[in-house]
Amino acid sequence: MPHITLPEGLPGITGPFAFRPETAKPMRALAEFLLRGPNTLSSADREIIATYTSSQNDCHFCQTSHGAAAAHHLGGPSELAGNFALIADIKRDFESAPISAKLKTLLNIAGHVQQGGKRVTTEDIARARKEGATDTEIHDTVLIAAAFCMYNRYVDGLATSAPRELEAYIPMGARMAHEGYVTPPVQSPAPHPDAVTV
Amino acid sequence: MAHIQLPIAPELGREFPGILGPMTFRPETAAPLNELVNVLLRGESTLSRGERELIATHVSWRNDCLFCQSIHGALAAAQLGHDEALVQKVKTDWADANISPKLKALLNIAGKVQLGGKHVTAEDIAAARDLGATDLEIHDTVLIAAVFCLCNRYVDGLGTWAPQDPGIYRERAAKVVEHGYTAVTETAIASMQD
Repeated sequence: MPHITLPEGLPGITGPFAFRPETAKPMRALAEFLLRGPNTLSSADREIIATYTSSQNDCHFCQTSHGAAAAHHLGGPSELAGNFALIADIKRDFESAPISAKLKTLLNIAGHVQQGGKRVTTEDIARARKEGATDTEIHDTVLIAAAFCMYNRYVDGLATSAPRELEAYIPMGARMAHEGYVTPPVQSPAPHPDAVTV
Repeated sequence: MAHIQLPIAPELGREFPGILGPMTFRPETAAPLNELVNVLLRGESTLSRGERELIATHVSWRNDCLFCQSIHGALAAAQLGHDEALVQKVKTDWADANISPKLKALLNIAGKVQLGGKHVTAEDIAAARDLGATDLEIHDTVLIAAVFCLCNRYVDGLGTWAPQDPGIYRERAAKVVEHGYTAVTETAIASMQD
């Protein structure tokens, strides 16, 4: 059960978003720009950075929903299963996952940001630059990781409810990938029968 | 030196200090960040602006972010009768500080959020509620703490510089108290275009 009384039937962050629209608006706008705005990093890569940070923070709702968004960005329905497997590999050990050398260096930076800003070293930055990362890409990686240290704490610090199993996140990820973060779903989704606090 | 090339402040001949560096580098993300902080720290609330700045300051101290704990500490003092000793006490030892029991319960929650969302327990929430904290106050405390876990990482993760002179933070705090967070960033961006 959430720590405060939230509107019912809204999973994860959408509960506190509905509770406090004044703070939801800039939080949604920030996610929209960072994950879907114009960028030399693909939305898939940015969602992977968000997913990895959320998994390091052990936030079930954020890592599963953003992992699903990344899987949808990476391909159509026939490729979904393979994309979900890739996301699981990245969360487990991104250094050995089949992703670009540049994305590995950005995930390394994101992982250090998750531990604390001062953990990011000049070597981490030099390694990313060597693989072609630009200043803006490094900036956005640091801010995506920092932003998910906020979203993850917001979701878990209020003990929001969320479905546990992956299937529930497939349509949610599709909405996040293709419709974005600014417009809330027109209809509140029905509470999932297996909804639990995670 | 910062990890990336940030804009130079004409009046300083070097980068803008702290979060102003990356905010002038990327105005597209500065806008929602400033809007969020304005609502949380300056918007209508049953918690005073000084109390909310104390929560931000304590979390930034826990994250060892010199710039954020200094500027938000100065903002707290500016709105709490210029009591800088109180701000220092709340950073390091709020349990013994001369603040309300309710604010202590909220600082306890904020400290747990800093460790990680799952560290907040039902007992932490019940203790705050027993002292009169509302759902909205608990919500805003959790979100302020979470936001500063973002801002602190943003500031230090990019290797920005922080002034050592407390006078600089007092001056800048006075401007934020008067004009708000968004206006101070917009003034910095405008100064680059003069």
